[in-house]
Parts: sequence; C-alpha cells; structure tokens
Amino acid sequence: MKSKIISFLIIIPLILVFIIFYKGLNKSNFYEPKSKIENIPVFTATTFFQKKKINSQNIFVKNKFYLLNIWASWCVPCRDEHPLLVNLSKNDKLEIIGLNYKDNLKNAEKFLIELGNPYKKILIDRDGTKAIEWGAFGVPETFLVFENKIVKKFVGPLNFKSIEEIEEIIK
Amino acid sequence: MKIIKIFILILILFYFSPLKANEDKLQNNITKNLRCLICQGQSVYDSDSEFAISLKLVVKNKIKEGLSEEQIYNFLSEKYGEWILYDPKFNKNTYFLWFLPLLIFLIGGAIIFKKLIKIKR
Repeated sequence: MKSKIISFLIIIPLILVFIIFYKGLNKSNFYEPKSKIENIPVFTATTFFQKKKINSQNIFVKNKFYLLNIWASWCVPCRDEHPLLVNLSKNDKLEIIGLNYKDNLKNAEKFLIELGNPYKKILIDRDGTKAIEWGAFGVPETFLVFENKIVKKFVGPLNFKSIEEIEEIIK
Repeated sequence: MKIIKIFILILILFYFSPLKANEDKLQNNITKNLRCLICQGQSVYDSDSEFAISLKLVVKNKIKEGLSEEQIYNFLSEKYGEWILYDPKFNKNTYFLWFLPLLIFLIGGAIIFKKLIKIKR
C-alpha cells in the first residue's frame, strides 16, 4: 500500500511537469508587452527635413486618424512594409507620421529616395527614448491614433492583413 | 594664483562626485531590476541591446528629473506591463507567486514536525 502511494506521488508530478512543458513548448516565445497606455505620450522632437523642434500636441490634432510608424533605414523588415505604407499614404483619411529610430540621417534619406516617402512628417528619435515613451521596444512598430488615443498597435512589420484592419477602422 | 585655481577645481570635483556616484548607483539598482524585453534572461543592466541602451538613458533622465525609484517602476510598467519588472508587485495576479514559497515551507515544516513526533514516540 505504502509503495503504491509513493509511486503514485512520483508519477503524478512527473505527468504534471510533462503537461506543463508540452504546453509551454507549444507556446510561442515571442513576448508582446501588455502596455497600459491609452493616451499618446507628449514629447518634443526634431523634424527630419526642417530640423525644427515640434511638440507632439501640434502634430496629433483631434478628429483625424494618424498612423505613427517607427522605422529605421537599417531595419530590414521596415523595407518590407514600406511599399504598403506608401500605398496607404494615398488614403486621405489618414496621416502617416514617421519616427526615425536611432538612424544615420543620410542613410534614412537614401532609404526614402529609394522606396518613396509615405510620411507627412518625420520626427527624429536619435537615442530611442521617444520610442520608449510610446511603449515600443523595437522597429518597426506602428500605432493607429485617433483623438490622442492609441486605437491599435502593430508590433513588427505591417502586412496585408494589418493594412486591411487599418482601412476597416478608418472607414 | 594657478595653485588656487587648481585647488578650487579639485574642490568642485570632490563636491560633485559623490552626488554623481549616488545617481549612478540608483540607476544601476533600477536597471538591474528591469527585464530586457528583447533579450529575455538578461536584465537591462546586463544587456547592450539597442532597447536596453535607450532604457538606461530613460532611467537616467527620469532620475535627473527627480522621480523616485517607485515612480520610475510605475512609469515603465505602465508602458510595458509588469513583465518588465523582475520584482513583481503584490496584487491579485501574483498572490500565488508570493505565497507559494511560504506554503511549501509550511508544508515541509509540518512533515518534519510530524516525523519528529513519530521518532520521539
């Protein structure tokens, strides 16, 4: 009787551990932070072309949809999503704002000449601190903004599905 | 005159260095308790990823702005969720986490206690 209980006590935890590991391994390791920010952050940044300081409150005006896209010329996935952004920029219900993340400005300019410029305004984030204000942790990341609130957040490059989603929301 | 100038310079350096050292210590303490989100298993302090470098800078700026350690943790957990903190806060989602060691300790203690009574008998 006693040996039965002992073997039972050993087998049960082993099965439990097996189930936990099996489930855990099936889960994707990619962690997306559960950001609690609803309102967009207030910050000052320098504009890309005019090199003027601008406050975010003067960019995101109410009653309009904005798409803030964090990008860099050194980021390969940004290259993939760029044609989609160029296409999306033709939609006049939406203004696309770029946040150039830790980039060499000359390379960034070349990138825009090569692939097109979908951005109404581009802000410079030389040290990456502005991206942190947005709760971003890499490039590319895209935020759909309406009335100073983040409506939707896309981590990683945009794809056809996310573009459809954006178009559905701004309809 | 030159000696006086050098003396004043040294005095200024000595006056400010402990202040700076305190700031650095606080920054290190905070960044050691932050998880680097893109290089899991490493703290922000240990990591040299782009994200970690920026985050260290943000913490430094926030200390300069006069925010306390607690306020900086709150600021970051609002941006990235509680996952960014290595030391999770005590709330209804983490009751189990905090009480589990205590529970195991009590159960272990009870087993030992029972065995001891048995031996005594």
